[in-house]
Amino acid sequence: MVMRALLALLSGALFGGGLALSGMMNPARVRGFLDIFGAWDPTLAFVMGGAVIVMAIAWAVQTRMGRPALDVQFHLPGTRDLDPRLIGGSALFGIGWALAGLCPGPAIASLATQLVPAAIFVAAMLAGMLLMRLVPRG
Amino acid sequence: MIAEILTIPGFPDAQPVEGLLGGLMIGGAAAIMLLGLGRIAGVSGMLARASGVERTETPWPIAMLFVIGLVVGAGLFSAVAGPIEASFPPGYGWLVAGGLAVGFGTRLGSGCTSGHGVCGMSRLSPRSLVATATFIVAGVVTVAIVNAAGAAW
Repeated sequence: MVMRALLALLSGALFGGGLALSGMMNPARVRGFLDIFGAWDPTLAFVMGGAVIVMAIAWAVQTRMGRPALDVQFHLPGTRDLDPRLIGGSALFGIGWALAGLCPGPAIASLATQLVPAAIFVAAMLAGMLLMRLVPRG
Repeated sequence: MIAEILTIPGFPDAQPVEGLLGGLMIGGAAAIMLLGLGRIAGVSGMLARASGVERTETPWPIAMLFVIGLVVGAGLFSAVAGPIEASFPPGYGWLVAGGLAVGFGTRLGSGCTSGHGVCGMSRLSPRSLVATATFIVAGVVTVAIVNAAGAAW
């Protein structure tokens, strides 16, 4: 468990460093990516492109691995339905993302550098996650 | 910052080089989570697990240390490279409204920019492709409405 915990910390730290380098911890820049009818800032597309290239290779490697390096099996989502929860939830996420210029990763990473506004956003985000539990499954 | 010479014609403020390099790091982080621990590096799901909002089968220490790692990585970067440029919305109302919608939406939709955007799209998951298209379109429309209302920031 110690090795797995250290690897999780390493993964998170590399992720946080990447967010910092990429400019994605600047809410105005993220908002700029969504402002395609105004002063559009394409930076986020380069971030997403770089990350997807690496992960596409990782998925190719994954299919050749019987199990991950530090676990007995893979734990991957197997859901396939394009249901209203997926669409509605994603739409709501997009609205919030645009209002604040923050998604979960940069918001958490910003706790290191912009404590007060980041903490307000993260607290509201946790409240939103708790509220979602009141929605009945069906 | 690093490569101010390398800009895109017409978009002087964009940071394509830093963006691509940062993206490669993010992809590497997600690859470590996938190939090392066999899991999706989805930040909203990891936060829900770490905070106790959700009880999934992801071991709590893995979720918690991943979340702490995000803060550590960004903190180390700023300690080495200097202050990170950040312009936040002009009032806490934006943060509260945005945070509530992001928290509720990412759990209802089972993912955010990392889980659906990075991990799912690279796997060509139909759910993630639909989710990513949906949140980008919703974001574009929202920014356009805010701008039309004269509240751009």
